[in-house]
Amino acid sequence: MFDELRDLYQEVILDHGKNPRNFGKPESYNRTARGDNPMCGDKINVYLTVDGNGIIQDLRFDGRGCAISQASASLMTEILRGKPAAEAEALFEYFHDVCTKDDDEQGVHENLDEDATDKLAVLSGVREFPMRVKCATLAWHTMKAALHGDPVTSTENSAF
Amino acid sequence: MSDTATLSPASLGNAPYDVERVRQDFPILTRLVHERKGRPGKKLVYLDNGASAQKPRQVIDAMSHLLENDYANVHRGVHFLSQRSTDLYEGTRDKVAAFLNAPSRENIVFTRNATEAFNLLAQSWGRRFLKAGDAVVISWMEHHANIVPWQLLRDQIGIEIKVVPVLDNGSLDMAAYAQLLTDNVKLVSITHASNVLGTVNPAKRIAQLAHAKGIPVAFDGSQAAVHQPVDVQALDADFYVFTGHKLYGPTGIGVLYGKMEHLNAMPPWQGGGDMISTVSFAHTTYREAPYRFEAGTPAIVEGIGLGAAIDYVTALGMDAIHAHEQRLLAYATGRLSEIEGVRIIGTAPDKAAIISFTMDGIHPHDIGTLLDSRGVAVRVGRHCAEPLMDRFGVGATARASFAAYNTEAEVDALVDAVLATKSFFG
Repeated sequence: MFDELRDLYQEVILDHGKNPRNFGKPESYNRTARGDNPMCGDKINVYLTVDGNGIIQDLRFDGRGCAISQASASLMTEILRGKPAAEAEALFEYFHDVCTKDDDEQGVHENLDEDATDKLAVLSGVREFPMRVKCATLAWHTMKAALHGDPVTSTENSAF
Repeated sequence: MSDTATLSPASLGNAPYDVERVRQDFPILTRLVHERKGRPGKKLVYLDNGASAQKPRQVIDAMSHLLENDYANVHRGVHFLSQRSTDLYEGTRDKVAAFLNAPSRENIVFTRNATEAFNLLAQSWGRRFLKAGDAVVISWMEHHANIVPWQLLRDQIGIEIKVVPVLDNGSLDMAAYAQLLTDNVKLVSITHASNVLGTVNPAKRIAQLAHAKGIPVAFDGSQAAVHQPVDVQALDADFYVFTGHKLYGPTGIGVLYGKMEHLNAMPPWQGGGDMISTVSFAHTTYREAPYRFEAGTPAIVEGIGLGAAIDYVTALGMDAIHAHEQRLLAYATGRLSEIEGVRIIGTAPDKAAIISFTMDGIHPHDIGTLLDSRGVAVRVGRHCAEPLMDRFGVGATARASFAAYNTEAEVDALVDAVLATKSFFG
């Protein structure tokens, strides 16, 4: 087995892929969006509860997808709970760089929760698999669409 | 015979099918994939032929020979090279006609690909002969290329689209098909072989039932024509479509076969050079079929490449290719079926060498990445057949599709890779 493959499918990812956290449609939520990846047929729904101060009090997801997209969605729900919406978007920008750029090419991402960035680093293996970047970012695109009030997003509408 | 096609396939003659000699004709098959510094690459096991086939040396040489020796625009110049290119390009029309056993070269319309052929059919034949309330019958196993053009036409003029269901084993539901042929049906447009299930549909019977009601029939031969001999007259097809790049030819060239009675009655669908007889600002007249459907400078190099591809498969023999691939299909089906957790989607009795499968608990996209890491190239996803995926309750599948150059050893490599994938995620 290649080292790249082990980097891509780290134990954490295999675990989250098989046993996704915060999976299932909640009884109540106030933001939602559906994300499609037409290339592989993955569909995901993200459900957010954002309070009056813009804090993400709860987020859950459902849908189907590969190990990478399920694990990424699962990790995202763990990371973003309790964070302000603005930080969620900043973390997405960081995560996007992690997925697409080498360490020395990444932009400056300041004032991010280190626990969060450490957790996201396990997905950096997708860099070596450009065809799989959209799997990793689908949940994040969908989360962002939900925050912005867009009901449906597609990976085909973005470069990644 | 043009001098661009002097190379014959390695396996010419009456000898038994020698797949190793066929492989020697395909330069790409010797390459390694995933080479890295300090790490040897993996042998390429190319099983994504349903998406596009690799090209033999004979096709590559025909195209580069043209560009280095004979290239000019076609149908225009009186000069030497223009005549040369025209002869070679139009030569492909004869070769396609012979390949499909069409009555004449005029039955052959060149398009960019199968998709464009269906758009031509919908926009030219459809807009001339269909009106609101008329129906086109397609099937549940169509590629999007034979769905979306009809939906565009539906939105334009209000036709109805009727869909023949598929049985659990992947066969077309012929009883339902017969019932769908009601009075408002004006065209049947169905795939000859499914790109996902591999099912080869009973094209002759499909045509008979439709013709009994005076309904013309179009077939999508994109997958069938590359795996078995096709005789459009024996099928009594009104239209037959295929694409060059799946037949070991280049991209950018496809074919619409049509009976002359249809082609002669169809209006142009794109306007421009090459398709006209006379042009004035007040009135323009169009050329006869098939040329009236071929506006603008065509894919000259690719058209000539397709001619070389047809020479190639003809010399190998479509019957011989079919027999070889059927052996691979049977072997691969047997071996994959032995693996617990592997589900083959599409088990019709008559299949082209295509196997779609899923694995319990493992998403096809992950299967694709794991197989690729061992050099095994398959297609994963929805295969441009989303309704069919829904029909079988799967979001996606992995698909291994075989060609003239694949071997039993490559089936073994596929099976080993599937087993490794299973244990990796197990």
